[in-house]
Amino acid sequence: MVKGDLIATRDAYGKALARYGAEYPELVVLDADLTGSTKTSLFADQYPERFIEMGIAEQDMIGTAAGLAAAGKIPFASTFAIFATGRAWDQVRNSVAYPQFNVKIAATHAGLTVGEDGATHQALEDIALMRVIPGMTVVVPADAVEAEQAVKALIEHVGPAYLRLGRGKVPVVLDVDYQFRLGQAVTLRLGEDLTIMACGIMVAPALEAAAELAKAGISARVLNVSTIKPLDKAAVLQAARETGAIVTAEEHNVIGGLGSAVAECVVQAHPVPMRRIGVQDSFGQSGTPDALLEEYGLTAAAIVQGAQEVLKLK
Amino acid sequence: MANIDSKTLAALQDKACQIRQDIITMIGAAGSGHPGGSLSATEIVTALYFQIMRHDPQNPDWPQRDRFVLSKGHAAPVLYAALAETGYFDRQELTTLRQLGSMLQGHPDRKSTPGVEASTGSLGQGLSIANGLAIAAKINGEQHRVFALLGDGEIQEGQIWEAAMTSVHRKLDNLVVYVDNNNLQIDGDIRDVKSLTNIPKRWEAFGWHVQEIDGHDLTAIIAATQRALAVQDQPSVIVCQTVKGKGCSFMENQAGWHGKAPNPEEIKQALAQLQQRRDG
Repeated sequence: MVKGDLIATRDAYGKALARYGAEYPELVVLDADLTGSTKTSLFADQYPERFIEMGIAEQDMIGTAAGLAAAGKIPFASTFAIFATGRAWDQVRNSVAYPQFNVKIAATHAGLTVGEDGATHQALEDIALMRVIPGMTVVVPADAVEAEQAVKALIEHVGPAYLRLGRGKVPVVLDVDYQFRLGQAVTLRLGEDLTIMACGIMVAPALEAAAELAKAGISARVLNVSTIKPLDKAAVLQAARETGAIVTAEEHNVIGGLGSAVAECVVQAHPVPMRRIGVQDSFGQSGTPDALLEEYGLTAAAIVQGAQEVLKLK
Repeated sequence: MANIDSKTLAALQDKACQIRQDIITMIGAAGSGHPGGSLSATEIVTALYFQIMRHDPQNPDWPQRDRFVLSKGHAAPVLYAALAETGYFDRQELTTLRQLGSMLQGHPDRKSTPGVEASTGSLGQGLSIANGLAIAAKINGEQHRVFALLGDGEIQEGQIWEAAMTSVHRKLDNLVVYVDNNNLQIDGDIRDVKSLTNIPKRWEAFGWHVQEIDGHDLTAIIAATQRALAVQDQPSVIVCQTVKGKGCSFMENQAGWHGKAPNPEEIKQALAQLQQRRDG
């Protein structure tokens, strides 16, 4: 994997599971009839005795994962983000998180870029739904490099966690020597006038936006906030203090996601003007991923505009 | 687990009475709780903890222990009484039920209470957890068994039937499920709320090995469990005909006693009835 390669984070996820299967004998994987889509098939093919096909039964899948964790296994439960976090939310809260079971919910097809399947399948609330649960770790990898490393980090992390993965191919934006650390935001570009904080597929447009802003003499810092919870408060506040303005960018409803997490953090310690780029409290619809991102304002141009607006408020 | 003699049976019956007294006492002290479904499940839980299950109260994390999941988590008092009586924690703790900071939460919490395997209370979730425990035992080639107790009203939850399919599909013959069929739920008679006509046939249709017994007959519970554990490649369910509020005359078959604490006068009356039975 080198910068610019187009790879879906779900592909990196499936490969990582298969790769780490030997190293971690307690790793087990569950899926709800979407193994080809979530890429858990890569693990299932290699470790059939440690793969549990649940059929179309997401609530049962999460509960079964809880029982496996109670017995010392490290279960990764996969389906689409909308079903894992929405349909099975009560199971995630009560069967998994409340007893602090070591279950990893690795959900693919998050966000608008599900594309043509439309609103019922486009999870725009999943970060919020998972973030609000006490003790839940929430990770949104920016690209395949980070997704693979996040899988390993979450295998080793003891406790419930949510890993948000995408359907579409996205450019690798991180260096091969990038080091993912749970709970740590990473500065991808230095800057002084404002900070763009992004996660997931919005990291690439954030970098594009920063380059665009530079042409206009605006120095934008770019922070990859891949761990939404626990939020890297130190990095967020440092950016707030040093740059004095923040634009967040996420493929999620602006309510409850990265933008909210950042706002909650800065408002208590160092309030600065903010703009939250994301879906503005609506459902999605059918369309190609690119058309949807354009339609809902999840673009580098939207981030540039947000930056210009926020600078006026400084 | 062998067939039980009359002396053992008498001891178990006395233990069941004592557990009922604990249930009344602790819910009375708490001022809230669910006596009806705790009392209907008393013989099932007594048979499990005092006769059927291999467990070590001094070592709650013993890897080879049998697992019990109380899916109908509101019956926590019957579980807590059994755990206290078998020595997982001091009996004194029972009087702290539902109080701030207590190790005995209103519904079972794995983190708070030694011996509690899963946090339950949101109905319909325990069978999936039991399946996970049973699947892990199969993967590991371990011999311990998994037991789960469901309420009859609880099986109105869709997740139970998702899980019931999983148990059968995975051939979980190391799993035994009890349905506490007391015929009542909060809003009244199950037949009126949302009928569950012929519960045994429903499980049979899903592919389970099914038995139907008197859920207050300790000998029948133990014998049915033995038969269930001998079944191969198939999970077993034992539909237990029970009486909600069993053992306290004024609570029996009254839906109103699903989730209500007895007042001091009622506590006195209930404890006296149970003591009379113990004194024989």
